[in-house]
Amino acid sequence: MKALRKHGWITGLAVILALLFVATKLIQPTFGASGVESLARAALPFAFATVAQAVVVIAGGIDLSIASMMAVCSVTAAVLMEGNGGAASLGIVFLVLAMGAAMGALNGLLIVVTRVPDIVVTLAMLFVWEGVALLILNAPGGDAAEWMRGLIIGGLPIPGLGGVPRALVVLLIVVALVWVPIRRARVGLSIYAVGSDALAAFRSGVNVGRTRIVAYGLAGLFAAFGGLSLTLSTGIGEPIPGPYLLASVAAVVLGGVVLGGGKGGLLGPLIAVFILRLVRMDLTLLSVDPNVSAIIEGTIMVVVVMIGGLLAAKGKL
Amino acid sequence: MTDEAPLLEASGVEKRFGAVVALEAAALTIRRGEIVALMGANGAGKSTFVKILTGALRADGGHVRIRGADRVVGSPAEARKSGLVPVYQEPSLIPDLDVTDNLRLGGTDAAKFTRWMSELGFTEMDLAAQVATLPLATLRIIDLARALASEPDVLLLDEMTAALPTDLVEAVLRVVQQQAEAGRSVIYISHRFAEIAQVCQRAVVLRDGATVGEVPIEAGAEERIVEMMLGEAIKPGETAAQRATPAPKGAPRVAVKGLGATGKLTDVSFALHPGEVLGVVALEGQGQDELFEVLAGARKPDRGVIEVEGTARRFNHPADAIRAGLSFVPGNRADALAMQQSVRDNLALPFSARARAWGPINMRREGEAVARTIERLQIDTRAQGEVGRLSGGNQQKVTIGRWLAHGCDTLLLFDPTRGIDVRTKRQIYPLVRELAEGGASVLFYSSELEEIQLACDRCIVIFNGRVVDSMPAAEADEPRLMRAAYGLTGSAA
Amino acid sequence: MLRFKALLRDHPIIPLLVLLALLVGTLEIMRPGIVGERWIANTVKFAIPLAMLAACQTLTMLTGGIDLSAAIVATISSFVMATLVPFYGAAGAIVLSLIPAVLIGLLNGIGVGLFRVHPLIITLGTGLIGTGCLQVYQSTVIATGSEVPEALAWLGTGRTWGIPNALVLFLPFAALILFAQRRTGFGRLLYAMGDNEGAARLAGVRGWQVYLALYALSGLIAGVAGLLYVGLIKAPSLSLAVPLMLPSVAAAVIGGTSIFGGRGGYAGTIVGALILTVLGTMLTLLHMPEGARRILFGGIILGVAAIHLRLTDAR
Repeated sequence: MKALRKHGWITGLAVILALLFVATKLIQPTFGASGVESLARAALPFAFATVAQAVVVIAGGIDLSIASMMAVCSVTAAVLMEGNGGAASLGIVFLVLAMGAAMGALNGLLIVVTRVPDIVVTLAMLFVWEGVALLILNAPGGDAAEWMRGLIIGGLPIPGLGGVPRALVVLLIVVALVWVPIRRARVGLSIYAVGSDALAAFRSGVNVGRTRIVAYGLAGLFAAFGGLSLTLSTGIGEPIPGPYLLASVAAVVLGGVVLGGGKGGLLGPLIAVFILRLVRMDLTLLSVDPNVSAIIEGTIMVVVVMIGGLLAAKGKL
Repeated sequence: MTDEAPLLEASGVEKRFGAVVALEAAALTIRRGEIVALMGANGAGKSTFVKILTGALRADGGHVRIRGADRVVGSPAEARKSGLVPVYQEPSLIPDLDVTDNLRLGGTDAAKFTRWMSELGFTEMDLAAQVATLPLATLRIIDLARALASEPDVLLLDEMTAALPTDLVEAVLRVVQQQAEAGRSVIYISHRFAEIAQVCQRAVVLRDGATVGEVPIEAGAEERIVEMMLGEAIKPGETAAQRATPAPKGAPRVAVKGLGATGKLTDVSFALHPGEVLGVVALEGQGQDELFEVLAGARKPDRGVIEVEGTARRFNHPADAIRAGLSFVPGNRADALAMQQSVRDNLALPFSARARAWGPINMRREGEAVARTIERLQIDTRAQGEVGRLSGGNQQKVTIGRWLAHGCDTLLLFDPTRGIDVRTKRQIYPLVRELAEGGASVLFYSSELEEIQLACDRCIVIFNGRVVDSMPAAEADEPRLMRAAYGLTGSAA
Repeated sequence: MLRFKALLRDHPIIPLLVLLALLVGTLEIMRPGIVGERWIANTVKFAIPLAMLAACQTLTMLTGGIDLSAAIVATISSFVMATLVPFYGAAGAIVLSLIPAVLIGLLNGIGVGLFRVHPLIITLGTGLIGTGCLQVYQSTVIATGSEVPEALAWLGTGRTWGIPNALVLFLPFAALILFAQRRTGFGRLLYAMGDNEGAARLAGVRGWQVYLALYALSGLIAGVAGLLYVGLIKAPSLSLAVPLMLPSVAAAVIGGTSIFGGRGGYAGTIVGALILTVLGTMLTLLHMPEGARRILFGGIILGVAAIHLRLTDAR
């Protein structure tokens, strides 16, 4: 029954997404492969931010510092890649990813060691990582390796499907490579267990503290991917964090991951990201003032979070 | 192998929760192949003791030796490695995972688990079922089978049979006996003498956090255990027999009809008259918690009616119940007090609750009301700046005093003397009587049976969510209450 | 040691005042002669809008919440006011500009009280919506120009006998908050709700009413703070009070108000705002970059929260 409901939620999201694609096609009859490509590219950093948030929320926490960590990774990559466009940039990518994981793990470590609630620790770390990003680069700048930019820009001709956006391929490969092995292993199980009922998990022999640190470390890793994708798609590093925090929370809630933990997966939030991005695109196509569409978007997010709050409260009764 | 060290040996184990002493000298020894009962009244510290032995809690003092070697069991995972495996009173399964994942989490062998499940009568267990969807009895059995599958040297069962139907109880007892035959040991906690007589060789008795003795299970052991559990019952103050109890007259103030909530509270009816103290007796988890929460407006009932002064009322919020004159003093003081605030702020909290009272406080008038209450209840005001620093007894006086200051027709007292000192207890009984004489009605749940005679006019006994017996307090001696509370008399038979 | 801990716990304002004195002393050593009547007046002038915004954080934090929309609300009020002056005059513009402030506050209160969304998330969200609305509003009024009324400029920057005029507004305001937090039913409920919401409920408190009133009040205070701040800066913009966001949270946290609720008060916050303003001067003198400042803010919040937990956890 429960499984049916879970899949029901994802099916519902997929239907909404399909309907939105149809609507887009109606609004703009020329909407096609290039439109999908630019959608996927715009959605990429949002998608990574959402996946990062989803992992932490599943583990029963919340990470307010995701957007700031993305900024740190983005500027680090941009600064290091300036003049290092060749093969060295591959090393830079791994360095940045390691840095993201370390930043996330530090968040988790501070939560476990200080016993201060997640929300306060990550709020403080939001400021800290913002500061770090500004120290690395105090104005937008730097560079991105051209050949790497090519990895997420454009389409990948796949027989029978036409041009699949490279950004989408990268997203799916990264998420699958990182998450699937973890989800299958005992540590993935522990993440769900700690989020569902930390006390029962402790009594079942789970090391709760270590599991939390792993979850935050994973979030940091995905945030690093998000930061890299920002730098690669714009070609520069941006020290001021973008609107990824609230967007990630909204997509996580819309994607069927309950704030409070233990429920949901990564597929739902990923579909939710594309729904939210497509709404934005449609508003642009309808030539709605970008400021007005920012308001509409913000309102959708707040409404989604409110519904999520209501559902979480119901679940507790 | 005659002088083999005991499998598990604990002595002088201490544990404090804030100001409350849960354990002060708990001790227990168990050898290979033994089944030992751990007994004690509600709140004697059995569950805390088990949690310490299995690493779910850390002791503040004492020694635990496993196979003769001193050990500090740091976590349930460590306990399991040493061969100590518990089944706690609350299921320790993850609700959002399916059974298979729960097994993997603890590193349990699925084949062995399935074998134990069928041994316990669950031949076709769906391992893909999500735990949250399974009934409580099944969860208990899964917990047990999971523990058995890890082949423990010492199995610790905390109220394993409390939520089980008779056929499953039989299966559990059979499995427990098999453990002993296979040379393994079991520590068995239960309120049920019949089960203990059937499987245990001896009983270790806890009272107020200390081991008070050991009784071999033989004919007549039952009385000795009860005696030890209750201790030298000091009988302070007036009891119901000495008190002239007028028959309740007139219309009831509160009439409860067929109340039910959440499956635990199935069908409770009673009437509470002005000037009456009605005792409620029940073992842990028989639905009394839910009953009080429903009456206090903190939980919505599934069915049934609450009539106040003859009018049916629906409480959607505690504020509704308070307006109807019903005030609730919860069993856990931490649920009722703002611990970091002053005595005065806590006493006066109900005054400020309604939006029309949000304005400036009349400090002089409120100060007088607070001072009167403090004096009437003799609250120790040395640490009045922060309620959290008061002793348990004084905290309890504040939670009751708040409603005296505010005024209420019906007071719902849930185990008001739990974990407080004898002196304060003896102040609370006369206070309850005084309130009743002043015309208030009191519903008084107590986990200490002697209190029924000390404070009440009449009492009802709840078992399995139903009222199974009711009697005047003067007739409510402990053996009779005990039998009724175990469902052995009245309509439950 | 224990007595010292208890002293700090009961009177958090003492170590704060000591810290403030130390900072001023250090500043005087770094730049001899800087601390004078003029410098003090300037420090107070800049600390006041911060202290008012920090009042929003203090009040919401007493219930275990936070108001991250406060700085944006302040900006909206100031901008709306400045653009409405040409049409409605100073008084009308001031009253009208406080309407959106209260509306955003009410929205926060609805989210927290009725939908049980975490205050941090809902106020972040309404802040974003508010920013969008402000940008749309700006594009519609771009031609009309804006004006900061004389009265607000007098209040914000003026001095009388060397004393900043802003105190005319701030002293009654602070007195009111200090009175309200301990001597009114509403203030008592803020502490009780932050300490133990369940206990407050059992005592008959309807939480949503408190949250609704609290966040609306917070919006109103933020609006007024914005008006005062634009009087000080004299240049309305779309990001006027936004840089005060982090310091307003930090001022409340440094001032001893627990981010978990139930403990603290406005007196500490005022000292916290002064400390931050002096610290700001110092960091400027040291040429501390913006990034390092933010790291410092984050570190202070985390450090104080952790210390606070240790202090209150000790049994």
